[in-house]
Amino acid sequence: MTAVTPVADGAPATAEYDIRLIGLTKRFDDVVAVDNISLDIDRGHFFALLGPSGCGKTTTLRMIGGFEEPSEGRIELGGVDVARLPPYKRDVNTVFQSYALFPHLSIFENVAFGLKRRGIKGGDLRKRVGDALELVGLAGLDRRKPRQLSGGQQQRIALARALVNRPRVLLLDEPLGALDLKLRKEMQLELKRIQHEVGITFVHVTHDQEEAMTMADRIVIMNGGHIEQVGEPSELYEQPRTPFVAGFLGVSNLLSGTIVGDDRVKLQDGTEVRVPTAALAGRQGNVQIGVRPEKLRIGGGEENSLSGTVAESAYIGVSTQYILDTPAGPVTVYVQNDRLGAQVANGERLTLGWSPDCTFVVDAQEDT
Amino acid sequence: MGFLHQRRGLAPYLLLAPGMLWLAAFFLVPLGFLVYQSLQSGNIDFGYAFTWAWGNYWSAIKGYRGEFERSFEYAGLATVIALVVSYPVAYWIAFRGGRWKNLLLLFIVAPFFVTYLIRTLAWETILSDHGFVVRLLTDIHLVSPGGRVLATGTAVVAGITYNFLPFMALPLYVSLEQIDQSLVEAAGDLYASKWIAFLRVTFPLSLPGVVAGTLLTFIPAAGDFINAQLLGSPTSHMIGNVINSKFNELIDYPAAAAMSFILMAIILGMVLLYARAVGTEKLTG
Ligand SMILES: Nc1ncnc2c1ncn2[C@@H]1O[C@H](COP(=O)(O)OP(=O)(O)OP(=O)(O)O)[C@@H](O)[C@H]1O
Ligand SMILES: [Mg+2]
Repeated sequence: MTAVTPVADGAPATAEYDIRLIGLTKRFDDVVAVDNISLDIDRGHFFALLGPSGCGKTTTLRMIGGFEEPSEGRIELGGVDVARLPPYKRDVNTVFQSYALFPHLSIFENVAFGLKRRGIKGGDLRKRVGDALELVGLAGLDRRKPRQLSGGQQQRIALARALVNRPRVLLLDEPLGALDLKLRKEMQLELKRIQHEVGITFVHVTHDQEEAMTMADRIVIMNGGHIEQVGEPSELYEQPRTPFVAGFLGVSNLLSGTIVGDDRVKLQDGTEVRVPTAALAGRQGNVQIGVRPEKLRIGGGEENSLSGTVAESAYIGVSTQYILDTPAGPVTVYVQNDRLGAQVANGERLTLGWSPDCTFVVDAQEDT
Repeated sequence: MGFLHQRRGLAPYLLLAPGMLWLAAFFLVPLGFLVYQSLQSGNIDFGYAFTWAWGNYWSAIKGYRGEFERSFEYAGLATVIALVVSYPVAYWIAFRGGRWKNLLLLFIVAPFFVTYLIRTLAWETILSDHGFVVRLLTDIHLVSPGGRVLATGTAVVAGITYNFLPFMALPLYVSLEQIDQSLVEAAGDLYASKWIAFLRVTFPLSLPGVVAGTLLTFIPAAGDFINAQLLGSPTSHMIGNVINSKFNELIDYPAAAAMSFILMAIILGMVLLYARAVGTEKLTG
């Protein structure tokens, strides 16, 4: 595993961005909902906007859709600044969290709404609406009213109503939030298939990290109105660059230390560990090193190692989770239950080893 | 088991019973009596007798056709004006009212705290020959010098509009208030300008309020007589005035009953036609 961090400047000049957000800020009275974010979204990508509740995901999406006017900054769609244009003049469509289907119109009229505004009628209109309903697997329901459909079906109609217009970008605000778990999983795959089929850029807002990981080509993690990190799912998981990202995506062990060389960090107990050189680029002084629990092995044989006593253990079936007290801090480790009777009792001493490649580095905790 | 089922079968009727009894006692019985009386003949001195006097109906229609027509004309005009005036007000309160909503609604119903009669008498003063309204209208040449507003049809329509405005504005407000704003946003997202979004989404969704408001205004307005009596003249009298005078002054009960019955039948017919035209779905929301 090489530890090359993609650099924004390194992107080829010809790259086609569907959306560029430049210094985008939104203030409501006394709250800064979105704080000076800049972001490029490539054409045809499935892009997820991930973050905890209240971090500004919806506000960002609403600014792209045109429902909220930015306090500052630019929004470029295909190279043109649209930040001050009303929604109906933007080549984007939205799937609303509550679906927002028109209750007084039939399914056909709902899906045809956008096309009709653009002057498409007759056989062309019927064909395109029919195709869109087929795409979401609901052909033949066109005479029903929205309230005669189930939640999952309404969700698909909302998708068809937006996609039928072939927008440059499709915005989805927690579109699966109202569905039960099984339907949710189904729709995740379905959405991915549809995105693949139509090739339109999707910007998908979610606070469910698993959903973002399974669906998106690229994820942007937001926190408190700013961007923490942008990258592919595996990149964000393996090489988080901030403590927030490390903690938000899965479990991670963070240990404080000080940089003592090109690729060496000295932990609080004096242990020196080796980390990828690139992970230390541009850093100095105090940092935290991180390693995922499943990357730790019991016993030696790895370049980095730490010893500690088992403080807690939890049997999960496929694996056992141990929490170890080490001089450098508490460490969580998952051990595969590949042999019977291999459980380790509380209070026993264990040595953990891991590879430098599996180590990441984030900023030091502020209060230490 | 069978007993339980029987009980459940009876429950709806038991629940309906009080309402039905109320309707029977205070609506159906008087209605039957009205029909009975409308077919009587005679006079107050020698008493009335039931004689199948269908002539009461013919003479009501023949003698007071103008008043009937005027009732529906004035009520129709007042309903349309009330709708046009209240819609923007209700819209504004529902969507832009913010934290002032309740206060603004209070302003709409505020006139109701004064009795109907006093409110209408106040309009008599407002529209009087030397009042500021007439002076203003004369100044801008909408009323010729020496002309009047009081004692004209215009004054009657103005009075009716004013008196029934809250019946129009409140149902409109309620139906507009319920509209989910994300629907309007969705219309904008689907390339509808503000105006098209209003025409295709907001307005159709407010139709239950429009229907309720127009019915609540039109029905009582068609039978009204206070406005025509206080603000109009004999040439702008409505059928309510005739019924009132037949009943209270001339004590001609059969004629008054026949006219009331005709008025009711016409209104009922109109409501049915209207309901059919807009679709009963809109009436029930
Ligand atoms: N219209 C508004 N007026 C005032 N504050 C607002 C408004 N809309 C959003 N905010 C605030 O802006 C911040 C970001 O809100 P936003 O809805 O974008 O969060 P979110 O990331 O979508 O959260 P969630 O996952 O809960 O939907 C929050 O603190 C919220 O309270
Ligand atoms: Mg949100």
